Amino acid sequence: MNVRVLLALIFLPIGAWAQGFAGLGTMAGKGFTEPQPGKMFRFPEDHGAHPDYRIEWWYLTANLTDAEGTPYGLQWTLFRTAMAPEESDGWASPQLWMGHAAVTTETKHFVTERLARGGTGQAGVIAAPFSAWIDDWALEGDWQTMQMTASAPDFAYDMTLTAQGPLVFHGDNGFSVKSNSGQASYYYSQPFFAIEGELHLPSGTVAVTGNAWLDREWSSQLLSGDQTGWDWFSLSFDSGDKLMGSRLQQTDGADFTAATWITPDGQTTAFPDGAFNATPLSANDADVPVVWRVTLPQREVDVTVAAINEDAWMTTSVPYWEGPVTVSGTHTGIGYLEMTGYD
Amino acid sequence: MTRAVLTALMSHWWRNPLQLFTLLAGLALATALWSGVQAVNAEARASYDAAAATLGEGQYDRFVRRDGLPMDEQVFVEMRRAGWLVSPVVQGRLDGIRIVGVEPLTAPVGLGPVSLGQDNDLAGFLGGDTPFFANADTAAGLSGVDVVISENVAPNTAIADIGAAQRLLDKTGVIDALIILPGQPIGQRAQAEVAPDLVRQVAQGGSDIGRLTDSFHLNLTAFGLLSFAVGIFIVHGAIGLAFEQRRPVVRTLRALGVPLSRLVWLMAVELLLFALLAGIIGVALGYLVAALLLPDVAATLRGLYGADVAGTLQLRPSWWLSGLAIAVGGTAVAASGALAQLSRMPLLAAAQPRALAMAAGRRAKVQGGLALLLLSASLVLMVTADGLVGGFALLGTLLIGAALGLPLILDRLLAVFSTRAKGPVLGWFWADTRQQLPGLSLALMALLLAMAANVGVSTMVSSFRLTFVGFLDQRLASELYIRTEDTAQSDALIAFAEERVDAILPIQSADVTLGGQPAEVFSARDHATYRDNWRFLQSTSDAWDQTFSGQAIVINEQLARRADIALDQVLTLQSRAFTVVGIYGDYGNPIGQAVIAEPVFEALYPEVEAQNFGLRMDPADVENFLSALEAATGIAPTQAVDQAGIKAISLEIFERTFTVTTALNILTLAVAGFAILMSLLTLATMRVPQLAPAWAMGLTRRQLGRIELARAVMLACLTALVALPLGLALAWALLAVVNVAAFGWRLPMYLFPADYLRLAVFALLAAALAAAWPALRLARTPPADLLKVFSNER
Amino acid sequence: MLLDVKNIHKTYQTADGPFEVLRGVDLRLGEGETLALTGESGSGKSTLLHLIGGLDMPDRGAIVINGHDIAGADDAARAAIRRGSVGVVFQQFNLIPSLTVADNIAFQARLADKYDPQWSEALAGTMGLADHLRKYPEQLSGGQQQRVAIARTLAPKPALVLADEPTGNLDEDTARVVMDLMLDLAADTGAGLLMVTHSQALAGRLGRRLHLKAGRIA
Repeated sequence: MNVRVLLALIFLPIGAWAQGFAGLGTMAGKGFTEPQPGKMFRFPEDHGAHPDYRIEWWYLTANLTDAEGTPYGLQWTLFRTAMAPEESDGWASPQLWMGHAAVTTETKHFVTERLARGGTGQAGVIAAPFSAWIDDWALEGDWQTMQMTASAPDFAYDMTLTAQGPLVFHGDNGFSVKSNSGQASYYYSQPFFAIEGELHLPSGTVAVTGNAWLDREWSSQLLSGDQTGWDWFSLSFDSGDKLMGSRLQQTDGADFTAATWITPDGQTTAFPDGAFNATPLSANDADVPVVWRVTLPQREVDVTVAAINEDAWMTTSVPYWEGPVTVSGTHTGIGYLEMTGYD
Repeated sequence: MTRAVLTALMSHWWRNPLQLFTLLAGLALATALWSGVQAVNAEARASYDAAAATLGEGQYDRFVRRDGLPMDEQVFVEMRRAGWLVSPVVQGRLDGIRIVGVEPLTAPVGLGPVSLGQDNDLAGFLGGDTPFFANADTAAGLSGVDVVISENVAPNTAIADIGAAQRLLDKTGVIDALIILPGQPIGQRAQAEVAPDLVRQVAQGGSDIGRLTDSFHLNLTAFGLLSFAVGIFIVHGAIGLAFEQRRPVVRTLRALGVPLSRLVWLMAVELLLFALLAGIIGVALGYLVAALLLPDVAATLRGLYGADVAGTLQLRPSWWLSGLAIAVGGTAVAASGALAQLSRMPLLAAAQPRALAMAAGRRAKVQGGLALLLLSASLVLMVTADGLVGGFALLGTLLIGAALGLPLILDRLLAVFSTRAKGPVLGWFWADTRQQLPGLSLALMALLLAMAANVGVSTMVSSFRLTFVGFLDQRLASELYIRTEDTAQSDALIAFAEERVDAILPIQSADVTLGGQPAEVFSARDHATYRDNWRFLQSTSDAWDQTFSGQAIVINEQLARRADIALDQVLTLQSRAFTVVGIYGDYGNPIGQAVIAEPVFEALYPEVEAQNFGLRMDPADVENFLSALEAATGIAPTQAVDQAGIKAISLEIFERTFTVTTALNILTLAVAGFAILMSLLTLATMRVPQLAPAWAMGLTRRQLGRIELARAVMLACLTALVALPLGLALAWALLAVVNVAAFGWRLPMYLFPADYLRLAVFALLAAALAAAWPALRLARTPPADLLKVFSNER
Repeated sequence: MLLDVKNIHKTYQTADGPFEVLRGVDLRLGEGETLALTGESGSGKSTLLHLIGGLDMPDRGAIVINGHDIAGADDAARAAIRRGSVGVVFQQFNLIPSLTVADNIAFQARLADKYDPQWSEALAGTMGLADHLRKYPEQLSGGQQQRVAIARTLAPKPALVLADEPTGNLDEDTARVVMDLMLDLAADTGAGLLMVTHSQALAGRLGRRLHLKAGRIA
């Protein structure tokens, strides 16, 4: 067994998303704080890290196009997982950090990963002035204008983000329920970022523009013991409306869904379990569904969501599928799809 | 039919169990020699592959501080934030155990035995009371920390998370090196800009344990190669014997209607079974040999290079397989000729001796041509070879070329003797010997190789030893060495000794990087000790005067070779320039070394305080001085090491190194003796008809026996004469090519005639012993058997 | 016809150049017939016998045994003929030294898959070997060894027995006894017998006699 395999085991709290996180339910406790309904979010503090919660992430996906209209997808993610609900300086810190970055083209998918522990300054998140970093990667700014970079041996990017709308809160004012047995997280997004910058790819540097969606979520016990993974959709319709929908798979074959409808000016409507439906239509060679039928009858949504590049598999310590999609049907548009629990 | 034939074939062995024994023993011995050497090699290699992997030594480039000192751990974060994928390492020794701290989140994939087993979770490895990982032996020596036993960890090494290792080593906040991962991201900032103090050490730098220990393995591998060659000769001999003795049976079987193809096939199967059986015995024997040698090998490596090798042997499937493969493969190689000959053998006994002789002549010519070709190649290599591969190619061409050329050389020598022989018996003796030569040549080649290897290796080893002892005399010139515990003791020692001894020579050193290579720089106090005792390989006329003036530096040969530094070149230490005025031999030391004048050293490295002192005095006063010192200052005699003691320790280390060599030498010679025995036994069956006429004409059987014995000794003598120059050439190749490539220094070559004489006597003894039994048998041949020659047509 | 030899030629390469041993030999032998082949040393009689026994190949001509021409057959086919239909008694016995007398007698029959223990035993009895069955060849006298060789040859009941100076290594008395036994047994089994000898007395005891001279039937 090498170090990475070892790490994958240790990162089980994070791995929990991607694989059946049977362990996550039982691993709660040990002094970690649990999300409660009715939280009053405070900014900029809540943009920063919450070390007393077991897991947390800063998760940005973007749909981009170059001058010729060729589509690209981009991902920048910083995960935090805690072995104990505290932070301390130096090597003894119980906070572990994992960065994932990816660029998806119609034919290629570039992925890279970084690991670090807290306490040394190698990785971390500061609320004000906001800065999230691991190694030379960073996401920094005031949430109106932000800079974002990542690098790998075979690709890198350098992006500027500009907020075009307000933050939106999922579930009950940011309290997002994940299962019938009450697992929940704090969950808000900034889905209105305009993004522009350069992608450095083996084929050359490409100037791109587009829209980005930044998710913030933290919790100590994300899923219930019988949940094995999830499918997550962030769709931006040409009408200006947006839809966040998630489908949590259960071992009994049933699923738990949640969705948020976001109007162009940032008004949200949360839908309870069952309102949102997602059904796989066809899978890629690795048996991962890459074409979906997605419906939200209350908003008369019945669309087909299809991957731009079927092979957007994240070959990271904890593997999953994450890539840009196109939307057709009652509504047209673009978006991002994330699927865990398929490896 | 198959069963009947098989019964007939096998019945031969039951009727002649001794022949079966020689065949199996020959095969088993060859396999044992090979697999024994391989086992020792593989075991030692596995041991420090693990050690090397622990630190990524030899695998990954690393950043270290230019001055060799530890760096602030913040440098790690700065480099990471600048886009450098590096991982910190802290290391040190505690009670002789190597403590290594790593950072598992950033360490390269597969970095050494940090594979800790599934039941250890990282939460336990990182953070608070983290355990150390070590094998059972090491764990026993670690106290005061939690130890988790893991046999994947290198011997005498304990691994822990970097934070825990820092605490244990008292190195909080600092790290020793940054391992540079393969696959750096694009767009990273220049290292010189981020951390200008760091220098990059390339992975296969000369200072690695791996590189050093390779040299010892080369030695062993050379032996493995030789033993393999000797082994093949033996197997060839054993199979030749088996086939020769059954030739009439084969003919009869064919006359009775057994098809040739089936016969060849059945004999091949029979050989395969024997090869497997002998292979298993051989591997087991080899294991025994290896188990006996391994503690010495481990001691040798630890003593010479500080590489830790577990003193135990594990049964590795790889060398079971390789041992069996050698037995079967060797048998196949050796038997293919015999089987081919069998299939070409005319069914009728009326073989045409003349035609066979002509074929043999052609073969001899081809062999001679090949020998010439190989020897020419080795001549070219002697001039051009400069790396390990070249060195080994040189050894190979030299050995095989000489072995193949041996029959030709002996034949020519015997031809000369026979034309000059006086008297009929002597004339017959030489002519008859010449006729026998083809049958004996394989065994004689084996003897040649064994002797040449002995001469070569013992020359190398003894040269090494002689040089080293001389070197010890130079470098341990002071009569007494004292190690103090702190500055106060140092001051007390100096105050006490000042009036009582001829000179006090403090020994101070600092780890530095010189010419891009890691090195130690020492201070030298201006004293005659250095001028009188140090011998330079190259130097300016006033090297020490210049050095003591503070402007110059002397360096060891390793550093000069690795960094390609010549005399008069300028080296920089702490941005101060020094001219290289001398290069000295420095044997047994892996890394670069340099010496500068004491005042300059103290100015450059004020933080270094001398805690080792060499004292020059009358050797007779040492004892009194020590007791007076203890009374006056409390410095115990245990803190003193006298020169004789240090020398004894160093020499003991060398003795152990060469125990292995000696053991292998003896084995090789024994195996060559065995080859001779079997060849003579093979020939014995053919000898009777050749000797019968001599007997009929008035030589007694006793005389014939003596002549046979004399013949074997004489042939061994001639072989020894060829082996001596070959062995010396071998030694030269080992010292001047292989050694330079492996160790970084060239050893002067000395000759040891007495050793060679002893070796020759041993070889002759082996030959005589091997010949004794066949000769005795001949002397006891019943006259009836000799008579049969005249009544029977052959 | 048991054996039909037609126009056999054979040349050997020697140090002094090619030497034509046989220059067109014809001979025929019926079942139960006995034939002596005489001639001086070097007349080619042993060579002819070896060719008939499939031990060597003629340069030209045909050797038909029971309707099979072995002159052009490959090694395996000739080995099969030797094993099954033809038995050869050599001058030097050619016993297998590591097998007992009993095993030697049974050996060729076993090879040919025609082993009949009773017949082998009877042969051993007739040959006066009953007390020596457990011994090894080296423990026997020359006459006894040749009797073992003859018993071995006859054990598979071959149709044709070839004998090459079978008594050449034996003293006169022993030779006569061995010869009597061989002729009797050949007659008993109905085998054809072709014997090479330089002894006129022995030749006289066989049904027919051919004389080879300079590679031709004289």
